Amino acid sequence: MAVQPLPRTSVPDRSRASSRFGALLEREWFLAYLFLLPGGLILLLFMAYPFGLGIWLSMTDKLVGFSDYSFIRLENYRWIYGDSIFRQTVVNTFIYGFVTVPFKLFLGLGLALLLNETFRFSRLLRAGLLLPWIVPTALSSLAWLMLFDAVFSPFSLLGRQWGLLDSNINFLGDAFSARASLCLANIWRGIPFFAVSILAGLQAVPSELHEAAALDGASPWQRFQSVTLPVIRNILLITTLFSIIWTFADFQLVYVLTKGGPVNLTHVFGTYSYQKMGAGYIGEAATVSLYMFPILAVLAAILLRYVRRED
Amino acid sequence: MAMVGSATGAKRILRFHVPLAFYAVFLLFPFLWMLIVSLKPDQELLDTGQNPFLLANATFTHYRYLFAETDILRYALNTAVVTVVATVLSLTCSVLIGYALGRLRFKGGYLLGVIIFLAYLVPPTVLFIPLAQVVARFNLYNSYWALIFTYPTFLIPFASWLLMGYFRTISRELEDAALVDGASRWQAMWRIILPLAIPGILSAGIFCFTLGWNEFLYALVFMGGGDMKTIPVGVVSDLIRADVYQWGSLMAAGILGSVPVAIAYSFFVDQYISGLTAGSTKG
Repeated sequence: MAVQPLPRTSVPDRSRASSRFGALLEREWFLAYLFLLPGGLILLLFMAYPFGLGIWLSMTDKLVGFSDYSFIRLENYRWIYGDSIFRQTVVNTFIYGFVTVPFKLFLGLGLALLLNETFRFSRLLRAGLLLPWIVPTALSSLAWLMLFDAVFSPFSLLGRQWGLLDSNINFLGDAFSARASLCLANIWRGIPFFAVSILAGLQAVPSELHEAAALDGASPWQRFQSVTLPVIRNILLITTLFSIIWTFADFQLVYVLTKGGPVNLTHVFGTYSYQKMGAGYIGEAATVSLYMFPILAVLAAILLRYVRRED
Repeated sequence: MAMVGSATGAKRILRFHVPLAFYAVFLLFPFLWMLIVSLKPDQELLDTGQNPFLLANATFTHYRYLFAETDILRYALNTAVVTVVATVLSLTCSVLIGYALGRLRFKGGYLLGVIIFLAYLVPPTVLFIPLAQVVARFNLYNSYWALIFTYPTFLIPFASWLLMGYFRTISRELEDAALVDGASRWQAMWRIILPLAIPGILSAGIFCFTLGWNEFLYALVFMGGGDMKTIPVGVVSDLIRADVYQWGSLMAAGILGSVPVAIAYSFFVDQYISGLTAGSTKG
């Protein structure tokens, strides 16, 4: 990336071609497309092309290790639609998203309101409490893996030592408690994200308005409703939609904690697709993950409306 | 701010300190547990009669085991190389895209901004199957390039979107004044706008670094063989064994693998939040 030397008049020998290029650089549209080129190429090659390829693969019967495969139109979609594991996966994904997001929203909002106060060590606490969101999920999930372990879970050990339990709790052993455990770990990881986003919105709440409302005798709840909420409403919506999208598309947490088990009862789209790929069914794996797309598209369309209104 | 601030004494403790303590315990508890287990000798870990949260004889055995007996240092190197190169590449592309979409007027600019935002919403779980075919076709399996070229698929849309919002917050008059004074567009960008955008670029960079370091699915599928694993993948696929002696070293690895992002992030926490603000309210 050559930077032009400042005194341009001191280079009289410059060829006509390069000065014409210099003139082009003064045009906004030319500069814009030039700037879009490097990133655009990467995204075309590694995002747009694979996306199209994925749609094509989902309509083939491609298997790992075989170069021959044929176009079977929507056969995979029909077959996966009737697959009981896939149906369970869809149900799980919705449970996972709609159980965890309200908890994350309300607990995150609560945390944001607390962190918005100034107090001793507030900076340190702010940084510390965001840790669940910023450390690698695959690694923090290991802590939960042990907390939920059938033999070594400290909850089981303490419960037995204190005489509350007769035997260990097998957190990840049956479908219901495995799903509940996944939800708990997901809520834990997501609270800080909500808290930071909402906290950023709270700084835009004018404090004079709060003081004026307090002088008028408004209760804290009334002040929250009429002063704070209108300012952060859009941020709450945007953050919630983002979180639903990410929860639907999650992989790491489920992969580390249950790998979709016991007996395929806790899969989300990502882990089931990964399992299909591991078994060699490339076409079906692509179909499973693409089934996620319509849901994501709807969420993205709603999100886009709110993000644009923010503009 | 006035919500709880007006309450005094016992009321404040009840309304403010108690809930805050509840959050701190819930959010930090798993890390504390990791730390305790990583420092516990095996015979204490196996003693189910002992209070699991007590640490009688702390030891670094598990950490020593990781460095001596596993490939964790190699995995750390892999992760660092991939993350740093992908971050630099993505940030360069994103500064250019963010500048073009945030500050230049041209036909199709608005639509491209929407496309970038939508690209940000396409999750790796939708792309990894066909992307694996692309990686194979280019012969990139188990090489750094596999991740260096695929991480930008989520880093560029995200960083471009954030920077686009940031560039818009910088006053247009500054640039116009420079153009009137005879500077070229290129100079106006390089000498006036970019220096002002450094906080935004920095926080986009930290975001990219954390996202890259934490990535799991692409690393698992495209670079998951032999000694080319990244830290999260290496720890999860090498160290989870079906025996009882795993927990100490597993937790130690979890701590070690989290330290780089925790440091990168804690140094720049203010920049991180201010960048997020600019991105979320202006973007």
